[in-house]
Amino acid sequence: MIQVNRVRNLPAAIRIDGGSKGPLGEGGFMSSDNRPLSPHLQVYRPQLTSVLSFLHRMTGVALTPGTLLLVYWLAAAAAGPEAFATAQALIGSIIGRVLLLGWSFALFYHLCNGIRHLFWDAGYGLELPDLYRSGWLMVFAACALTLGSWVLGYAMRSGAW
Amino acid sequence: MVEFALPKNSKIKKGKVWPKPDGAKTVKAFKVYRWDPDSGENPRLDTYHLDLDDCGPMVLDALIKIKDEVDATLTFRRSCREGVCGSCAMNIDGTNTLACTKYLSDMKGDVKVYPLPHQPVVKDLVPDLTQAYAQYTAIEPWLKAETPAPERERPQSPEERARLDGLWECILCFSCSTSCPSYWWNGDRYLGPAVLLQAYRWIVDSRDEAAGERLDELEDPFRLYRCHTIMNCTRTCPKNLNPGKAIAELKKLMLERRG
Repeated sequence: MIQVNRVRNLPAAIRIDGGSKGPLGEGGFMSSDNRPLSPHLQVYRPQLTSVLSFLHRMTGVALTPGTLLLVYWLAAAAAGPEAFATAQALIGSIIGRVLLLGWSFALFYHLCNGIRHLFWDAGYGLELPDLYRSGWLMVFAACALTLGSWVLGYAMRSGAW
Repeated sequence: MVEFALPKNSKIKKGKVWPKPDGAKTVKAFKVYRWDPDSGENPRLDTYHLDLDDCGPMVLDALIKIKDEVDATLTFRRSCREGVCGSCAMNIDGTNTLACTKYLSDMKGDVKVYPLPHQPVVKDLVPDLTQAYAQYTAIEPWLKAETPAPERERPQSPEERARLDGLWECILCFSCSTSCPSYWWNGDRYLGPAVLLQAYRWIVDSRDEAAGERLDELEDPFRLYRCHTIMNCTRTCPKNLNPGKAIAELKKLMLERRG
């Protein structure tokens, strides 16, 4: 097995810090101990590529409490009419609806971007123009599906469907 | 490991503001990352002003002008000044690229120049790429063949040779690896896009006979599979190559040989 651990495991010949105990080490001018880390997130301009990937992770995380909420709702329905009424009131409140909106968007975003990932895993759509096209398409689809399901939901509630 | 904030000794302080050149009509401000290992101080951001009417077209021209005429202590790597050596890779205007092929006219407002992200800094714009080079060594980037060498060169059909296009052009500037959040957080174990593109370059070389062993070395949760197809690598490559696609092809090869 090849070891590529940082500096430590490299042969002495290519260590450029002269070791920490050498004549110039330990705070000497060739010492690498106090080297700062160059800025990364702080300076890197957000890219469509990285922002969508970050959102994929975030929506994935958001789906976990969202799923717990769903389980609670189902469990309440199984527990009886009183518990279900409480659950309905909680989820139907303004805060509950906002959470539900966030959860439904997270679900559709994660789903659509997941399909994008499947294409990539098969080797398709990895050229830069395709990445941008599929990226924007995915965002549009996630928004449209979220909006569509809420319109449908409200229509069903009001008996218009 | 994921650490969003910079360590204490790496936080960037305000730096010196150098005066504007006299009588200049088109002045551009350059905010440049500075760190002097001898000072014992934190990195700082110095501001320089140049007369663009009296400066070459590229960011590297501006840096050289600053070093020649304003502040001789400014330190950066450069060599070929035409995008073939990869020495002057740095973070310019928020993305990684080569200072020598980045037009000043492409940027509105101040030009911000930092070293390649998430690397130890040797001085100013010079990052310590020891780790990246060690990782490159680890993939054994040379032709490996068991069959006895023919009398002349090992022949390759035009089609076989064409498979190396988009791979051999890599100049190992590490713009891509240092643009990759996965490499930022797990650069000690994840090989990063530049090195993985090189690994792929040898695996698809028809003359190389060690593809199996090369794939064995990559079969690891970190070395290859820390790639999450973020694609910042492809977005930033100053040679317009596609390291992200090369990594995807490696993952496909892994699947294919599993059958």
